[in-house]
Amino acid sequence: MARVSIRQLNKKYDNGFHAVKNVNLEIEDKEFLVLVGPSGCGKTTTLRMVAGLEEITSGEIRIGERVINDLPPMDRDIAMVFQNYALYPHKTVFDNMAFGLQMRGYPKEEVKKRVEDAAEILGIEALLARKPRQLSGGQRQRVAVGRAIVRHPEVFLFDEPLSNLDAKLRVQMRVELKRLHERLETTAIYVTHDQVEAMTLGTRVVVMKDGLVQQVGAPLELYGRPANKFVAGFIGSPAMNFVDVAIQAGNGRLWAEAQGFRIRVPDRISSQAGKRVTLGVRPEAVRIANGVDDYSFATEVDVVEPLGNEILLNFRAGGVPMVARVDPGTRVSAHDAVRFALDPARLHFFDPQSETAL
Amino acid sequence: MLIERKWKKWVYFYLPMAVFIVFTLFPFYWMAITAFRPDEELYATWRQPNAAPLWTLAPTLEHMKGLLQTTAFPTWLWNTMLIATVSTIISLICGTFAGYALARLRFQGSEFLGTAIFITYLVPQTLLFIPLADIIRDMQLGNTPWALMLTYPTILIPFCTWLLMGYFKTIPKELEECARIDGATRFGAMVRIILPVAIPGILSAGIFAFTLSWNEFIYALVFMASADQKTVPVGVVSELIRGDIFFWGQLMAGALLGSVPVALVYSFFVEYYVTGLTGSVKG
Repeated sequence: MARVSIRQLNKKYDNGFHAVKNVNLEIEDKEFLVLVGPSGCGKTTTLRMVAGLEEITSGEIRIGERVINDLPPMDRDIAMVFQNYALYPHKTVFDNMAFGLQMRGYPKEEVKKRVEDAAEILGIEALLARKPRQLSGGQRQRVAVGRAIVRHPEVFLFDEPLSNLDAKLRVQMRVELKRLHERLETTAIYVTHDQVEAMTLGTRVVVMKDGLVQQVGAPLELYGRPANKFVAGFIGSPAMNFVDVAIQAGNGRLWAEAQGFRIRVPDRISSQAGKRVTLGVRPEAVRIANGVDDYSFATEVDVVEPLGNEILLNFRAGGVPMVARVDPGTRVSAHDAVRFALDPARLHFFDPQSETAL
Repeated sequence: MLIERKWKKWVYFYLPMAVFIVFTLFPFYWMAITAFRPDEELYATWRQPNAAPLWTLAPTLEHMKGLLQTTAFPTWLWNTMLIATVSTIISLICGTFAGYALARLRFQGSEFLGTAIFITYLVPQTLLFIPLADIIRDMQLGNTPWALMLTYPTILIPFCTWLLMGYFKTIPKELEECARIDGATRFGAMVRIILPVAIPGILSAGIFAFTLSWNEFIYALVFMASADQKTVPVGVVSELIRGDIFFWGQLMAGALLGSVPVALVYSFFVEYYVTGLTGSVKG
């Protein structure tokens, strides 16, 4: 059983920089938890504190029932995969993978068997005699993962392991990592700045910003019910459209108004009547209107981006640029006057000051 | 690749290269040719018929024989070798630990310490030998190899420390972190992972340190009095220039034989040496 509990975790550097602020996380056994956020958000520092590579300023980290705050990295029963792979350049692939076992005094036969098993899982049996410099980026990545799995640790830690790979390989390795996790059933904490990686790999995703946890939840929960404007804008590509609107009551209905833009909004935000809020709508919740109704508005498309499986239409509404994601069969060219409609069930509202979801 | 005219490559690359090579190698050539030139040729004017200033018509080994038989040259060679080797080893051990600590460990005053070590390197030997002579005398080490084995590191340790500190900084710290997660202590990670990776840097520092102590002159001149304790640079100069007479043939034979071990060390380690100067470790 390897449940990881992080309680009231703080990291303050000597220069006063407060990198991680009061982080609380419960990572269940066999869970794949992804920490995601822009650079400098404290995700890597959090991971390094779990690994024992960074001192904890205050708070507590437990793996299973053990408090590991003051244990050296080697006694924490973890394995880590680094962004630059950190393969030992003077050792062969076999010795790279065997090093951790040898340091722990496993018998030779056992080491050999475990390394060969891991190599087989990752499809690198043929590379065992090579040195790291003779490997391609993807192969190095596999060796780094192999080195982590031979030890059968309680927790895997991944620090942006795919960001040094090219785009195509990254997608492929992403799938392999997911498959591997399903096969090994080991608790994993994975740090990335790529929200696509976070969404596809994580059982749960933690969004961080400025050292603070913004939201923790399953990928679709973050996507469908973002807790604040930051999470809403960070998860999803192209990003959610935001427009500042005034909520007005009229004809017994509620309306969101901005420059050249007036649509009907659901009654659930009636408490905001007369106030200004930020309206958020994902590109796929914007469609081309069939006719004039309460949810549509007229504008002009300025850029059309055909992607093959979909078309992105860029336009301006309410004084800000917005994007709509429409069906590839749609016939629209740049500078066409178009009426767009917003899906009333998929509108998000945020407080303009606190940026929390309403 | 850019396509360039052939003559441009000759003018801008081969020609300057040739000039540079001739310029650097000519003194060495002159030394070698003088060592094998008989005295009649050495002291003859270039204007006489059949003069061959750039080569010799009657190569001879008489200077070599004279050097090896009439002076203590073999002893000097042994002294120099011993002193250079021991002081290089001392300096490499200290420099490796100090360089690692300055590059990797965060401790109070580490920056000050780094600068302080560098400053000691800047104090010229021509000043430092005066207080050092005092210390050597008080410790009664004068005229023993220890006088040099212990004073050379005062120059070599700062040098090795700075060179190795730079090298350690190029090694990704994740290598070490990974080793520590894999089950090594900090010291274990240094010995098993970082030192093997740093071998090119350590060898480069060693070669430089060895050459510096091999060629060192002032300390060897001041601290060593008797002929059988001298090093090659001092011995050759003090024993083969008698009054105003320069025994050019033997001087050059001594210089030639004295540079052979250094040349051997260089060529032996040249592969490491080059990567040590140019390279780091790629991830």
